[in-house]
Amino acid sequence: MSSFLTSSFMHNIFGGLAQGVIFSLVALSLVIIWQSTHVLNFAQGAMAMFATYVGLTEIGRGVGYWWCVLISVVVGMVLGGATERVLIRPLYGKPEINPIVVMVGFLAVLEAVATSIWTSTARTIAAPFSQIYFQSHGKLVLLSPFVIFQIVLAIGIMLLVAALFRFTKLGLQLRASALAPEVARLLGVRVNRMLTIGWMLSAGVGAIAAVILASGSFGLFPTDMDGVFVAGFIAAAVGGLESPIGAIAGGLLIGLAEQFILAYWSPNVAPLGGVIILVVALMIRPQGIFTKSVGRRV
Amino acid sequence: MIRVNDLSVSYGAVKALRNVSLEASPGLVTAVLGANGAGKTTLLRTISGLVNPVGGDIHLGDTSLLRMPTEEICRLGLAHVPEGRGVIEELTVEDNLRLGALASKVDIAEGLEAQYAQFPALGDRRKKYCATLSGGERQMLAMARALIAQPRVLLLDEPSLGLAPQVTSDLMKLILRLCESKNLTVILVEQNAKGALRIAHNAVVLHLGAVVASGDAQTVAADEDLRRYYLGLVE
Repeated sequence: MSSFLTSSFMHNIFGGLAQGVIFSLVALSLVIIWQSTHVLNFAQGAMAMFATYVGLTEIGRGVGYWWCVLISVVVGMVLGGATERVLIRPLYGKPEINPIVVMVGFLAVLEAVATSIWTSTARTIAAPFSQIYFQSHGKLVLLSPFVIFQIVLAIGIMLLVAALFRFTKLGLQLRASALAPEVARLLGVRVNRMLTIGWMLSAGVGAIAAVILASGSFGLFPTDMDGVFVAGFIAAAVGGLESPIGAIAGGLLIGLAEQFILAYWSPNVAPLGGVIILVVALMIRPQGIFTKSVGRRV
Repeated sequence: MIRVNDLSVSYGAVKALRNVSLEASPGLVTAVLGANGAGKTTLLRTISGLVNPVGGDIHLGDTSLLRMPTEEICRLGLAHVPEGRGVIEELTVEDNLRLGALASKVDIAEGLEAQYAQFPALGDRRKKYCATLSGGERQMLAMARALIAQPRVLLLDEPSLGLAPQVTSDLMKLILRLCESKNLTVILVEQNAKGALRIAHNAVVLHLGAVVASGDAQTVAADEDLRRYYLGLVE
């Protein structure tokens, strides 16, 4: 058993999962926005980065790690809500390309502003968990208290979001607003408010991904989330943009694929893992692996 | 009491409603009749705030509903069962009902209890997704979901559409019973003039967006010209 844990296969499983949960969080945040407002938020990664930088600044002033996490999430939520109100709301009912263009622009603005305030060097938050790998009989297990924390935190957030949507009154109203906005309005649901809350939730989940990234050994820099966004976006597309579980599974799958390519082929082609999965998935199930197949009637 | 006064609605160049006026009172069923495209659905959608009129006004009691968002109109105690029933297929029967109760002050558990007592078939299917329901069950659910919030006004858009004659007849009786027992103001839009006139107290006949007749339901039902030209009741 112990030799199994230290095998290179398990190294790659742990490494892939640790990376994959970050992709899953970003994918989940994209799905929440897609479901509520049918907008593909290209600035999702940059918004998360920005929120986390605010948290990082506060940690520089001496606040504790958990406060920094909380501040990042709250700033992310406020930024998400404000983005929906100011940038997206005027675009409802307009061609679908409009919000995409606006959010790509917003992405560039956020990264430029972050670079000018905080410079482009990577910053880390010291998480209160050791990054030193466990050992078993003198051999490394590619798990550290930090990696376990990272995976547990991500899974915890996912379960929390799932429970919110599944079991609460707010979740029911969010689902109804996404599925049938007009009917929801007729039943007294304040749909506009639900759309804003959907963006807030999504941005909060995204901020967690950036916080985890910033807590890792490589830290966070202003364009750091671009690659993560691409992987998260592919994860959401592979899982089916309608399916939160699909997005999470897609994220893990891409994390694992990248890790195995990195280990058995070359680190230089690791990002191809996501693309390969996307191509295969689109060939087999273009509607996404986890969505119910809905034939379009003609 | 709903008062619609001189209401006009346009979709671009098309006039959907022309100076429509009507009154609907508590405890009475007011039928709105007419052919396809007469403006019946538009009338209900305008009362609910889904469509903005170009002229006229709408009052619920003393409150003007003009420019009020749909969700706030609902919260005043107006329930609108839309064309096609508006059952959310991806949600369970119970979640659909809970959604109906959320915006009101009704206790959800009590509300569910009351609706399951009223419609036992829904109680049996409470955990089922609505995509699996039959047309009749969907109509039941749509009614229950509207009633759970204990509204003062009930707008029904073609409730008989796609239902078997016996189911339609039971539904009409239920509407009348609810209207009288709960003192509801009911506006019933129907293409099925025969079924609607059987239970309605008052009737309004629309043609190409304008009122061509209104008054006592029996008088409307007895008018040969109306029957022949607007209601399709004479072969």
